[in-house]
Amino acid sequence: MEKFEFLEHTADIKFQAFGETLEEAFSNSALALSNSITEEKIKSKKELKFQVKGKNMENLLYNFLEEFLFLFDSESFLLSKVKEMKINKEKFELSCVVEGDEANKYSFHSDIKAITYNEMFIKKEKHWIIQGVFDV
Amino acid sequence: MIKKINKNIYEIPKEEGMNVKGIIYASSKIIEDIKKDKTIEQIKNVASLPGIIGKSIALADAHQGYGFSIGGVAAFDLEKGIISPGGVGYDINCSVRLLRTNIKKKEFISKQKEVANVLKKKIPSGVGRGSPFQISYKELDKLLKGGSQYLVEKGYGKKEDYLHTEEEGKLKNANPLKVSARAKKRGIGQVGTLGAGNHFLDVLVVDKIFDNAAAKAYGISKNQIVIMIHCGSRGLGHQVASDYIKLMEEKYGFENLRDRELINAPIKSKLGKDYLSAMNCAANFAFANKQMLTHFTREAIREIFPNSELDVIYDICHNIAKIEKHKVGKAIKEVCVHRKGATRSLGPGRIEVPTKYRKIGQPVMIPGSMGTSSYLMKGTKKSEELSFSSTVHGAGRVMSRSRAIRELNYSKIKKDIQNKKIEICSGSKRGFIEEAPEVYKEIDEVVESMDYLGLSKKVARMKPIIVIQG
Repeated sequence: MEKFEFLEHTADIKFQAFGETLEEAFSNSALALSNSITEEKIKSKKELKFQVKGKNMENLLYNFLEEFLFLFDSESFLLSKVKEMKINKEKFELSCVVEGDEANKYSFHSDIKAITYNEMFIKKEKHWIIQGVFDV
Repeated sequence: MIKKINKNIYEIPKEEGMNVKGIIYASSKIIEDIKKDKTIEQIKNVASLPGIIGKSIALADAHQGYGFSIGGVAAFDLEKGIISPGGVGYDINCSVRLLRTNIKKKEFISKQKEVANVLKKKIPSGVGRGSPFQISYKELDKLLKGGSQYLVEKGYGKKEDYLHTEEEGKLKNANPLKVSARAKKRGIGQVGTLGAGNHFLDVLVVDKIFDNAAAKAYGISKNQIVIMIHCGSRGLGHQVASDYIKLMEEKYGFENLRDRELINAPIKSKLGKDYLSAMNCAANFAFANKQMLTHFTREAIREIFPNSELDVIYDICHNIAKIEKHKVGKAIKEVCVHRKGATRSLGPGRIEVPTKYRKIGQPVMIPGSMGTSSYLMKGTKKSEELSFSSTVHGAGRVMSRSRAIRELNYSKIKKDIQNKKIEICSGSKRGFIEEAPEVYKEIDEVVESMDYLGLSKKVARMKPIIVIQG
């Protein structure tokens, strides 16, 4: 199973991320975001920990992904790995530890402006699939 | 479902739920591209919003966007109408500034490579917290209120810079308290940065003049070197849009909307007013951003041409909602015009046009894609009747990024561009392919269709010789 893939969209970036568990699919969505900003392999030089809350599962995903845009612009943090991901499916709360590096060491091809709810879904078939569109 | 009304004018008749009809201004060739994605559906969706006046408009560079299409114009009644972050776009006041130099092609060409190298060093793409110009939060608040005027007062430019900017580089009614701490954190380290993606700084040569009187008023002549800067409000603007989409969803819900992305608030509601004020702050950030980039550009060019003078011809907004006076029926009325990927195109006599250009009309810059021509046009009276004084903002995409990566060949595009003797500095290989000329509509076709209808008229054509991609 691939971690994620990109689909057709005229102006923006549409992705699908996969996982055996919801946690894995969430983590792979974040990697799709990171890969939309740079294709280079990011090193793990820094570690951060954060928690996110949501009103429902989609909202939790939105807030989780938006956190990376925030960390990117405000701290120049670029993600390499998500670990210790825990999702409380009843309370829509998430905590994780992320690894990454200083953004200015890499070259970029797009500026993700925002996470959107456009065509977003989170579902379980054989495995978990998350779909979303990043506004660029 | 789409009816051809006249050459370059297509109508989407009113259907159930639409308050007004839809209109597309584009050539028959471009209409076929427009039909390929959700643009038509989005024009209809916008036509269904409360308080929309006249018609839901799309221009020749239209393509699918967030809720509202890119290349879209919609005006709303101030009493009954709405304001929508999706109608402005995530990159609030993504915009274009054109500078003229006192350098001619002949003397420039011998130094082309040197200038490209200096610009590459001096113009930060600034992804992440990437600007060499760092300010305090107190100063940021002043900048959000003062736009480019604030930076000129600080010594980073001259008065003429903002006098030749839409709204004189400072939108009033901009309260920094309406901008979240998170948005400020995203933007504080990014004043004076291009950002990646489709943002750029181009050095161009004026290669053809169509309108001598207007070219004279705008201060340009054949073979003159000009510089175009395209960028927006960076992370700050993106977060303002995200924040208010969230707040409006919480307050009004999206269950009754035809599309969740059409989320909006009544213009006269508190939330509507708050968004307008925050949006104005982000717009001022974008004006200031270009002011700082102008400062860096002046420094860079002076390293190679010590006697160079760079003057702002004009600076225009692409993604904005504005309260403006327009003719509605027989009366002149204040309305809220949303322009998303569209440019204001005010004709002669309008008070908003700088005195220097008032007899001619407002300068309108239409950037082409990387490696193709860009155009300088002028605003018209005709656009008042047809499009709430608006015209296109560029070529408009036709190919998705993923398809570009799959189908286009990096070496071939690079060679094509090098054959045109253009120096390219791009952030990454993938970013380069994603912005290749092949992914955009033909700029000449787009510009011709506007010129034919009189939404804006051609003044000059410019060919790129240096492209700094963000």
